[in-house]
Amino acid sequence: MLLIRCPWCEEDLPELEFRHAGEAHIARPTNLASIPDADFEKFFFIRSNPKGIVFERWRHVHGCARFFNAVRDTVSDRFVTTYKAGEARPVLPAVGDTGPAAHGNVEPKKLNVRKPAARGNGK
Amino acid sequence: MTGAYRIAGAGRLMPGRAVPFSFDGRAMQGVEGDTLASALIANGVHLVGRSFKYHRPRGFLSAGAEEPNALVEIRRDATGRRTPNVRATQQEIYDGLEAVSQNRWPSLSFDVGAVNDLMSPFFPAGFYYKTFMWPRWAWKHLYEPNIRAAAGLGKAPKEPDPDRYGARFAHCDVLVVGGGAAGLAAALAAAESGASVILADEQAEFGGALRYETGASIDGQAGWPWAKATVARLAAMKNVRLLTRATAFGYYAQNMVAMAERVTDHLAAPHSDLPRERLWQVRARRVVLATGAIERHMVFKGNDRPGVMLASAGRTFFSHYGAAVGRRVGVYTSSDSGWQAALDFKRAGIHVAAIVDPRPEPPADLVEAAKAVGIEVLLGHEVIDTSGRLRVASMSVRPIKGGRERSIVVDALLTSAGWTPSLHLFSQSRGRVEYVPEKRNFLPSKHAQDCVSVGACNGTENLEATLAEAFAAGEHASLKAAKPVARPEKVSGESWSGGAAGAAGHVGKKAFIDFQNDVTAKDIRQAVREGMRSIEHVKRFTTNGMATDQGKTSNLHGLAIAAEMLGKPIPEVGLTTFRAPYTPVSFGTIVGHAKGPLFDPTRRTAMHAAAVAAGAVFEDVGQWKRAWYFPRKGEDMHAAVDRECLTVRKAAGIFDASTLGKIEVVGPDAAAFMELLYTNPWQKLEPGRCRYGIMLREDGFIYDDGVVGRLAADRFHVTTTTGGAARVMNHMEDYLQTEFPHLKVWLSSISEQWAVIAVQGPKSRDILAPLVEGIDISDSAMPHMSVREGSILGVPTRLFRMSFTGERGFEVNVPADFGQAVWEAIAAEGAKHGAVPYGTEAMHVLRAEKGYIIVGQETDGTVTPDDAGLSWAIGKAKTDFVGIGGLKRPDLVGKGRKQLVGLRTRDPKIVLEEGAQIVADPKQQVPMTMIGHVTSSYWSANCNRSIALALVTDGRAKMGQTLYVPMPKRVIEVEVTGTVFIDEKGERLNG
Repeated sequence: MLLIRCPWCEEDLPELEFRHAGEAHIARPTNLASIPDADFEKFFFIRSNPKGIVFERWRHVHGCARFFNAVRDTVSDRFVTTYKAGEARPVLPAVGDTGPAAHGNVEPKKLNVRKPAARGNGK
Repeated sequence: MTGAYRIAGAGRLMPGRAVPFSFDGRAMQGVEGDTLASALIANGVHLVGRSFKYHRPRGFLSAGAEEPNALVEIRRDATGRRTPNVRATQQEIYDGLEAVSQNRWPSLSFDVGAVNDLMSPFFPAGFYYKTFMWPRWAWKHLYEPNIRAAAGLGKAPKEPDPDRYGARFAHCDVLVVGGGAAGLAAALAAAESGASVILADEQAEFGGALRYETGASIDGQAGWPWAKATVARLAAMKNVRLLTRATAFGYYAQNMVAMAERVTDHLAAPHSDLPRERLWQVRARRVVLATGAIERHMVFKGNDRPGVMLASAGRTFFSHYGAAVGRRVGVYTSSDSGWQAALDFKRAGIHVAAIVDPRPEPPADLVEAAKAVGIEVLLGHEVIDTSGRLRVASMSVRPIKGGRERSIVVDALLTSAGWTPSLHLFSQSRGRVEYVPEKRNFLPSKHAQDCVSVGACNGTENLEATLAEAFAAGEHASLKAAKPVARPEKVSGESWSGGAAGAAGHVGKKAFIDFQNDVTAKDIRQAVREGMRSIEHVKRFTTNGMATDQGKTSNLHGLAIAAEMLGKPIPEVGLTTFRAPYTPVSFGTIVGHAKGPLFDPTRRTAMHAAAVAAGAVFEDVGQWKRAWYFPRKGEDMHAAVDRECLTVRKAAGIFDASTLGKIEVVGPDAAAFMELLYTNPWQKLEPGRCRYGIMLREDGFIYDDGVVGRLAADRFHVTTTTGGAARVMNHMEDYLQTEFPHLKVWLSSISEQWAVIAVQGPKSRDILAPLVEGIDISDSAMPHMSVREGSILGVPTRLFRMSFTGERGFEVNVPADFGQAVWEAIAAEGAKHGAVPYGTEAMHVLRAEKGYIIVGQETDGTVTPDDAGLSWAIGKAKTDFVGIGGLKRPDLVGKGRKQLVGLRTRDPKIVLEEGAQIVADPKQQVPMTMIGHVTSSYWSANCNRSIALALVTDGRAKMGQTLYVPMPKRVIEVEVTGTVFIDEKGERLNG
């Protein structure tokens, strides 16, 4: 069971309290009724699904009920950071090799930092 | 007498209480503290099982969790408690323990299945894959049933598990897995520097290899007393929790380790309050892995006879339990630890027939010591065979370089081919494992999580280095690490060096690698010859390492032989994946309390007791218990449902609608929010009025529906389907929080707060009129699709005029606490008018008679509002709502979509099956072109015929046409009709 830091509650809490909600930073077009079908496809169907760092949405459904975003490494399940919905995509420190065992003996406390290290200009 | 092979003065159990037990019905005695294995060995019993494939007689290989052979069934009582495949080497004995051998018939010493052994030339590796391929039908009807009957070691109990299982969550600074020398030292260092520590070991007592490592000395103390003293120190510390009989079996993300603690399996009469096993889920800041190493056996012909066992096992049985494995013990070893075993036995006065070591020059001090006590030493020799039917009787020895073969009489043979570090948990933590050629072993490399491996599991081969490593790890792991912990100054122990995996030279046909699955060195070689290149393929072809012991003693041997055959270095052939659990874990332990009624919560409405009293039969709808129908004496389901349906349209019916989801949407932007979440227009809906709303997903397909009442300009009472309550709330919150956060709206789930009593039928108003206070419920003051707030029987109510039956109808919302009282009052009033309670089945029929859809029955996630005939519910002037983009996609507006229609069977008595497929031409070839399917189908007492709804391609253009529903025994003719079967104009709604 993963421990996930809710940025609203500012606490590391068990995965049982949360629900995954898909990829983050996919903004809903404001003119959905008039966009071309190809754009709709991109918005609704296409997801990145990378091996490594993903930006994803979570909801603290059995807690404060708020949505937030997380940066997670899909290989190690390590959470790089979590931040509130609506906040900009954080700029990550260089990650390098994300294969198994790429993360040295980092103490768990440091795995979930309280605030994003820096703000990027992502949407 | 506790066994003829119990040696006076040896071991740590005597003088102890005698404990009676039985094996295969034979009564014996052991000593308190014995395992079943040590007690049997003390009684001279070595034959304890038959192998899986060849049914060869088998004895004990080990003294621990790695045991592949000595699996027995433990019977607790006459009825339920039978546990198969228990390792005799870990099962402690208690008064009256009843153990039974497995996989043999009619008896252990005479087993008919042993004919397989004579036939073994016909059962090579891959035998099953090659033999049972043809003819194809025979697999299902002949081969599989017979293989299944013959296969399987133990027999699964037939009764439900009568035991309870516990579960605990725990947090600590440091979790130390394994309580041998390394684990004890690490725990001590961590605890003394202030960390909270959990130390867990799978054995009944801490101490690990110190149980038998007679050469250990720590500050003048022998190994075992040091372990006892250290455990006592730890036990006295408040920041330490000690767990014995607790196997750490899984290592998961973020330092979560799962452990199974055996709580009562060692007790004669466990207290009924105790769980049988307990699952621990421990989250540790840091994990110290001190999981030790597992000794490998030597690979040679006849190495599986009872009496041939690991050197460490022989030493454990002797040094700890005081049970000698034989009176003439031979030793065949390529590692130093086998020599120590010989010295132990010789010093205790047991005859050691010879030490055979294939190495030409083992460490000189060991050779000297052995010769000094008079043991015959045969260097550069190998054992090439053994004899003995149910127990080893002799070994055949010859020089490796060639020469005369010689037979030596033995009644036990201890072997050691070196040690395999236990990397299971480290590998499960996703740490990287690397082959270290100098140590001829795989060892922990890069750590993926905050853990550290110490001692034998880290490839450390002597006690001094082990303790140094463990103390450093323990100190580092602690929170403060302010004061260095006092370490032992003088440590000396035995050398564990030497050994090699694989099979050297000529090993004959029956040189076993994997005992439980009967895999021989020859099988591995054959697998490579037949083209297997990866160790994963070799494993699956030969079944090496696939038994209940998961290859703890066999994997490295198999790998080494495969690598030699392939002419590749070992790391290039690869290591099979270590998966949880480390040893088998009971289903009960994993399930814990989540079984029976506690598997899933049961939700009951406020009026549940009233429905029970009225004789309702219930159906499960998600977690809810819903009243399905209310049979009267002598009525079956059909009769009850027919009566309920007829009564609703003739007089009235009362229905518990409490399970429908209810959400209150409040705030200045409530209407704007509703506009975005539902297809309908809401801004102009007047307070006090209701509207049927449709919710879509972004792809344009129907997600949910329900009647929405506007209570005030800024307040909507939204209803959802029963099953959709939670996901609709989530869907709304998602959009409110992440897409439309600028809207000033607050969402509250009120499903549990309001109990809902639907009163439907021409008499509904007459029933409610005398009960309602402060609301004019006349047709003119409160028309269809309106909502009022007031009170009923002195209880606040939100009263809806709405209908899911097509009759004049009301839904009375009252606070849940008053649900039952109000239900009873309405039922009593209704009885005066001939009204009856009705259940969900009648509700389904009544709504189908009117063509009202049920989301999830008429829809399946690919149905648009237009498909369902609901395009009128889409606000045409709206520029945005969830799903507006999807609805415009070419496939959603094109021709050929399935549309909702009604079906009338030509024979009105035939009721179609829901889900049945529809075709245009029943004479076409199979597979036919299916043009739709039946979504709802019932007998309608009101129509006196069957009715059905269906999704049919371009259905609305097929009105009046005849279509066909092919069923296994007949083809049913149907006519396409509209979806409304009763009161097409909807006049009854208004009374």
